[in-house]
Amino acid sequence: MYLIELQELVKSYGTVKALNGLSLKVPNGCLYGLLGPNGSGKTTTLRILCTLLAPDAGQVKVAGLDVVKDPRSVRRQLGYVAQEVAIDKILTGLELLQLQGDLYHLPSNERDIRIAELIERLDMKAWITRRCGSYSGGMRRRLDLASGLLHQPKLLVLDEPTVGLDIESRSAIWQLLFELKSQGTTILLSSHYLEEVEALADQMAIIDEGRVIAQGAPDDLKKQLGGDRVTLRVREFSDENESEQVRKLLANVDGVRQVVVNRAQGFSLNLVVDDENVLPRLREELDRSKLQVFALSHSRPSLDDVYLQATGRTLMDAELSASGNRDVKLESKQAMR
Amino acid sequence: MTSSDYVAFDYSDKKKGGADLRQETFALTRRLFIQLVRRPSTLVAGVLQPLIWLVLFGALFSKAPDSLLPGGISYGRFLGAGVIVFTAFSGALNAGLPVMFDREFGFLNRLLVAPLSSRSSIIFASVIYITSISLLQSIAIMGTAFFLGYGWPGFAGLLLVLLTLLLLVFAVTALSLGLAFALPGHIELIAVIFVVNLPLLFASTALAPISYMPAWLGWLAAVNPLTFAIEPIRAAYGGTLDLGLVILHAPYGDVTGYGCLSILIALSLGLFLLISPLLNRKLA
Ligand SMILES: Nc1ncnc2c1ncn2[C@@H]1O[C@H](COP(=O)(O)OP(=O)(O)OP(=O)(O)O)[C@@H](O)[C@H]1O
Ligand SMILES: [Mg+2]
Repeated sequence: MYLIELQELVKSYGTVKALNGLSLKVPNGCLYGLLGPNGSGKTTTLRILCTLLAPDAGQVKVAGLDVVKDPRSVRRQLGYVAQEVAIDKILTGLELLQLQGDLYHLPSNERDIRIAELIERLDMKAWITRRCGSYSGGMRRRLDLASGLLHQPKLLVLDEPTVGLDIESRSAIWQLLFELKSQGTTILLSSHYLEEVEALADQMAIIDEGRVIAQGAPDDLKKQLGGDRVTLRVREFSDENESEQVRKLLANVDGVRQVVVNRAQGFSLNLVVDDENVLPRLREELDRSKLQVFALSHSRPSLDDVYLQATGRTLMDAELSASGNRDVKLESKQAMR
Repeated sequence: MTSSDYVAFDYSDKKKGGADLRQETFALTRRLFIQLVRRPSTLVAGVLQPLIWLVLFGALFSKAPDSLLPGGISYGRFLGAGVIVFTAFSGALNAGLPVMFDREFGFLNRLLVAPLSSRSSIIFASVIYITSISLLQSIAIMGTAFFLGYGWPGFAGLLLVLLTLLLLVFAVTALSLGLAFALPGHIELIAVIFVVNLPLLFASTALAPISYMPAWLGWLAAVNPLTFAIEPIRAAYGGTLDLGLVILHAPYGDVTGYGCLSILIALSLGLFLLISPLLNRKLA
């Protein structure tokens, strides 16, 4: 039984195609990770799911209900923790939670019990009666989590919940998410941290340029990929030309399936090889061309490799190229209602 | 949190639309008042500006002969009604600002993901809030005018004054909320408020009667909504509570008290009807 079903979603902002036929299904009770580089369409997907945005085409169902036709019953079931935290700086955290409770129509005594529980659980007692304007990033995140959880939603949607947080806050949030899952809450979270999705998610989808390019359990995705990974540098700082030459050279070695140049990491080379027996052959080939081996590492496939395989570039490369051509101010302006 | 917390409440299928609407409207209104109490400068400025008008303009013309104005009243008494209306008007003109800031800072999104029983509650909260503070500001001005010796309309007169102000405030609030959703940002909204504010005051009967104005300005004043609020209030201050009497001699004909109030009612309804498709689209 799927709690969320997204089918062939299409969404454009002017000429920018943010979603381009995105489909995915999230089973009930699952912690589902949405992994993708900046600008791949994660936030757009989540905003459509949360009824904040209407898709240009495609279907959105939550618990069998059509989100576009019946947004109100979906809103009831759903807690949303947005990427950009919107708080009212003049209110205290407590007042904000009370407001939130009233917007979800909790009876006032139950609302206050819930708020007390969440203050306890998220350790907010020391500052919850202070004005939100004085909160740190971590405090805001916790407050936002609390407001998302106040009405005990069946489905919790989190957009990059730990971005910019210290390790301690991050692991506290992970802990909470595990707990919620064990209590039966379905969780959909987006992230561009590989480790986060790897550590948390039962199921995941990798999205790129508005489409799902791979989905499944993280372990299965890695297994399906097969082959071993090799990262290689011929000197500490290579340039693009040299790396490109080496790439051509190694591509023909027996047992090498794929070689790409990783720009994000100083033009190092990422290889997919059949197994570790290929390593000596790589060294021989480099020797013949009077090239040295500055560094070489060898590992089983990771999620980054899954991404690399599907898109032909590493997640970090995708981030680098995406962050250059976005106008964040303009986007937030256009996201206004 | 223990696991039992998660089965404790189920709110999903309660049928209580009216109570829900009241709860969410009350909560949203409460938020606006908390903001006001913690940041009272707009409230204070909203009283100070008309107060300065009242004192300075009253003083400017204090030596004018009593026969200057129709009915032989002092300029201070004449001015009082205008300044009271101006207070309520400029207060209501600001109604859209909090909404605009919520749009810009994304707080509106927080409201829009919630299962509000009606999104009109966002509008109701603004109307309740702005109506109460502009009436409050107007009453403060009325009190000051009384102490300056510019008169007091009596109890029945006070009710008429408040009713008139209420109608004007509704109309202006509708306009301002419409602008808050139609304009791209708070800079534009503030610019419009700034540009509209004073000309509407000058092109009304707040500072001088129509008979003193050149014909073109007289026409402007005679179609200016502020005038239809000022004249019933001025009449009430003059002791005339009979709405059947003619209180405005406009170039196009005479207007009674009932006439003035009907125009204000029509204006409020018209403006709310005009902006509702816009609100429906933005809050859908
Ligand atoms: N309001 C907007 N107006 C115009 N373009 C937008 C808007 N929001 C997003 N975009 C564009 O749509 C694409 C998808 O953006 P989206 O915010 O969904 O990505 P994301 O995966 O959430 O990225 P990030 O990791 O940076 O949060 C990007 O190319 C982005 O530039
Ligand atoms: Mg995003």
